[in-house]
Amino acid sequence: MLAPSIQQTSRVDHLLIAKMVAHGSRVLDVGCGDGALLQLLADTKDVDGRGIEVSRERVNACVARGLSVVQGDADRDLFDYPDDAFDYAILSLTIQATHQPKAVLEQLLRIGRNAIVSFPNFGHWQVRGRLLLTGRMPVTENLPEAWYVSPNAHLCTIKDFADLCKVVDARVEQAVAFNAWGRQLGTWLPLTVHNMMGEKAVFMLTRRGPA
Amino acid sequence: MTTAPSLDITASADTRVLEATTPSSAYLDVPASKPLRLDSQRQLASYRIAYQTYGTLNGAKSNAILVAHALTGDQYVASRHPVTNKPGWWETMVGPGKPIDTDRFFVICPNVLGGCMGSTGPASINPETGKPWGLDFPVITIGDMVEAQVPLIDHLGIDQLFCVIGGSMGGMQTLAWAARHGDRVATAVPVATAAWHSSQNIAFHEVGRQAVMADPNWCGGRYLELGKEPRNGLAVARMAAHITYLSEEALHRKFGRNLQEISAKSFSFNADFQVESYLRHQGSTFVDRFDANSYLYITRAIDYFDLAAEHGDVLANAFKGTKTRFCVVSFTSDWLYPTRESREIVHALNAVAANVSFVEVESDKGHDAFLLDEPELFATIRGFLNAAATKRGLKAAGKG
Repeated sequence: MLAPSIQQTSRVDHLLIAKMVAHGSRVLDVGCGDGALLQLLADTKDVDGRGIEVSRERVNACVARGLSVVQGDADRDLFDYPDDAFDYAILSLTIQATHQPKAVLEQLLRIGRNAIVSFPNFGHWQVRGRLLLTGRMPVTENLPEAWYVSPNAHLCTIKDFADLCKVVDARVEQAVAFNAWGRQLGTWLPLTVHNMMGEKAVFMLTRRGPA
Repeated sequence: MTTAPSLDITASADTRVLEATTPSSAYLDVPASKPLRLDSQRQLASYRIAYQTYGTLNGAKSNAILVAHALTGDQYVASRHPVTNKPGWWETMVGPGKPIDTDRFFVICPNVLGGCMGSTGPASINPETGKPWGLDFPVITIGDMVEAQVPLIDHLGIDQLFCVIGGSMGGMQTLAWAARHGDRVATAVPVATAAWHSSQNIAFHEVGRQAVMADPNWCGGRYLELGKEPRNGLAVARMAAHITYLSEEALHRKFGRNLQEISAKSFSFNADFQVESYLRHQGSTFVDRFDANSYLYITRAIDYFDLAAEHGDVLANAFKGTKTRFCVVSFTSDWLYPTRESREIVHALNAVAANVSFVEVESDKGHDAFLLDEPELFATIRGFLNAAATKRGLKAAGKG
């Protein structure tokens, strides 16, 4: 897995995740980058936070600022953690860069009582437009790299991700999409509209318990 | 005393022998009422732990950091060495305003059990015979070293150490402290170390020990009584070991194939190459300050270290339920304790959902990097300690 380098100028997804997370809970942020979300959660929610990050420079920067972060890889290093080790296992704009998104999502649901996943929506109208009009892999503000240098190996649409949730038997507790201006789309809108207008999406999931 | 120096012994060795029996640092004599039961099932009736402290212990006794030294280190972590007159071995890390800030923290550095700078070891006097212990000294382990330090922490009135930190064998002590006395260790920083000593590393140690024991002046370990010194054997052991502390890149950068103060090869076995001269120098300065039998005992203790084997072959069991916050550090070019061995520690800690940070520092200086000027290492240790100290309510240096 390469370090995803999606533009993270807009932190609306972080603010939403901070709203979802309960005060004082245990959080694992997989692909925590420079630690901005962990810092936000520590500052506003007093969480017991841990991070995993693939880039050594970013890990060292996180630890130097006092965050508990290990150098590691979502595809390889989630297996170590025991079941229910965290209240929330967060994968923020990282799942599209993993080798095995399904296995990673299953691991998140195993080690976290809740899994929070955010990802860029490949069903966004701009993406569809570029592909339709130019006949080439879309390069947008949200997905700024050409296909041959992009770390994103498994891009998906909101509908695709909702399908994966069914495959891994996860219950969608909350699903939110943001448009290109960082505005949250009304939850009353049908899924098809979210899939067209949402540039990023945030899903909060739980395991379906045994019936 | 039977350790009276004879003419065979150099002047610095004279100071060294004196330091082993009458240390110039502080020391604690643990009385026979508190004997040390060793992992070998033998018992040390009474023993001495020599130590140095730096900084001030606060009123709550909550700001103490124990620095555990490596194989050939000692308690002089941040002050002049009484034998060599050289600065402390980790002055870049420990001191006022340094990452381990003695304006904020109270630093304790004990000489390990088995050492030769005043703590009880093979160069100390065996009270039963009045002669140096030599090979009658019991074989000790890393766990024994830690257990011997516990009375010192008790003596200083410290319930819980804010941090235990150390590199190499110091990292092993750090892990053993956390595994054996987790409730007394708030944070642990094992640097450039492993949870068990690899086969390759045991092999290198064995070469060193055989070099010592092959020196006729070793005299079956009784050289101190006989007024002799296995200088050549110990120097060779140090030369071989020193190579393992470096990296091929670092050696090449420092020396290449350069010749030493000559313009052409001498076609002899003199130290033509700079790297040879450097190693010989490392060997000869080492024997001035270190006891050969201590070298045997301490390398053995490291060989025996296997934290997983002590816990049913599952390393995670060593840390079950731990509340200690860990920061594991490795170096990219360290082939003695490579990053994958640090990763094993991290995996075990993750398996028990411990609070762990793990940093791999990019350096081409090999294992020795932990002792050298590595800004990334300093930033990591400083950030980790300060964040943990603030969480613990320790006031920042220079405030109030």
